[in-house]
Amino acid sequence: MIRSTLYRWPLRLTSLAACLLFWHLAASHHLDLGLLTFTYVPTPSAVAQAAVALVESSKLWAHLSSSLMRVFAGYLAAALFGVLLGVAIGRWKWAQDMLLPPLEVLRPIPAVAWIPLAILMFPSSELSMVFITFTGALFPVLLNTVHGVEGVDPRLIASARSLGAGRWAILREVVLPGAAPSIVTGLAIGMGTSWFCLVTAEMISGQFGIGYYTWESYTIQNYPDIIVGMLLIGVLGMGSSALVKRLGARVTPWYRGNN
Amino acid sequence: MTSHEHFLAAGRIDVERLTIRLGQGAQAFEAVQSLDFSVAAGEFVCILGPSGCGKSTLLGALAGHLQPSAGVLRVDGEVVDGPSPARGMVFQHHTLLPWRSVLDNVAFGLKMQGLNKTARRQQAQDFLRLVGLQDFASRWPNQLSGGMQQRAEIARVLINRPRLLLMDEPFGALDAQTRGRMQELLLDIWGRIRTTVVFVTHDIDEALFLADRILVMSPRPGRFIEDLRVDFSRPRRAELLTSPAFTHLKRHCLELLRHEEGRELPRLTPLGLPSDHPPLRIAL
Repeated sequence: MIRSTLYRWPLRLTSLAACLLFWHLAASHHLDLGLLTFTYVPTPSAVAQAAVALVESSKLWAHLSSSLMRVFAGYLAAALFGVLLGVAIGRWKWAQDMLLPPLEVLRPIPAVAWIPLAILMFPSSELSMVFITFTGALFPVLLNTVHGVEGVDPRLIASARSLGAGRWAILREVVLPGAAPSIVTGLAIGMGTSWFCLVTAEMISGQFGIGYYTWESYTIQNYPDIIVGMLLIGVLGMGSSALVKRLGARVTPWYRGNN
Repeated sequence: MTSHEHFLAAGRIDVERLTIRLGQGAQAFEAVQSLDFSVAAGEFVCILGPSGCGKSTLLGALAGHLQPSAGVLRVDGEVVDGPSPARGMVFQHHTLLPWRSVLDNVAFGLKMQGLNKTARRQQAQDFLRLVGLQDFASRWPNQLSGGMQQRAEIARVLINRPRLLLMDEPFGALDAQTRGRMQELLLDIWGRIRTTVVFVTHDIDEALFLADRILVMSPRPGRFIEDLRVDFSRPRRAELLTSPAFTHLKRHCLELLRHEEGRELPRLTPLGLPSDHPPLRIAL
């Protein structure tokens, strides 16, 4: 497995480098494809300069820490609610009938649409921002948990009952571990969608935060900074998803899925 | 009465007018109809019949996974009501928990009884030795071969000292050689741990080799068409399969099952109708 990964890295890095090269050429030559134009797109070097300026401005840490705090608070709440509700919905019919209809109505509502209500409902803007990242992560976690719980082999449950397992033992010993790989997938996707909603959340207010920084750069037309913000979100989202996956693999050592 | 005698006396089955209906609405049918039979404590009974005849359904009812639509099942005079560790079940494909080591799988029943880790692992080691898996205690179940998985499954059921050992074509998915070895192993274990065994199979050789008594079942609705004593001396070895007496009985069983040919029914399971995948209740 390690060998094949090493073997695949050159192509992966080449792909990234090629994207960067295309960006550079398109932006520096003001490539105009009619439908799509790179005329106003800053070059990679301009973005790099903006990034250096951000690091030197000493505001970076303030931006990062506020965003990380919001994303993780919202994400942890979503993970907790998502797994709990998901197990209940997947396991018990009454919970499904009680919880699923309202959740199905709430599910398609995008994070942006929540902003006004979030501001009205929560006492502080900080909490409303956390709520927006929460809505982003909740549904992937919830749906994957339901999926995982419903996918547990009924023979395993029957067998455990025959061996003397009661209701809670079945939940603890069979259903939760059986659903774990699917829950881990949901948690990894939820981590990504939580970052996805960060800009939306930080549109609400504030002085700090990467989403805020990106949005503010747009309003004052500071284009290289926008891309610095976008890339930061991308990299942090990718990194934290990978972290969740890594931790998930550690708690499901029996499961060697698609690695 | 000493506890040893009590153990020997346990495991009597009495079934009266048992009917089990499966499916819903217009699709509903009687998988078994009006069955009456008894099994003596410590007896090894094979239920022989073609696929889909309801023999697994009957087993599921004995285990307590299926509710009778009519009639009653008693084990040692007690009405069967839900699953119990006293009625251990072995499925065609193993149901070991993939997230527990082989040892902890075997110890599962004792964990449910509340035994501490050291005590239950010690006993589990003994039962693994009984089925010849002492060297595989720390493996994950999916690292074992099919035959080893079924041996671990048997150890896991026996650790609960069940009165009934219910087996649903447990060797049906194994290759012929492994199946033969598993049959001898099962008889060897049963010689040491006397419990009532109800063993479902569609393999005539297997039924004749293992059983004290064979109940032959007709397909849908399942009914017994023959109650056959098998008096070959024990311990039985593979040579028995080629003896004239064996062949004679085998011909008799073939005759009984012959007129059922051409009526292929879908396999039923001890949990009811086979379900491929539960329909997702939520769109992804």
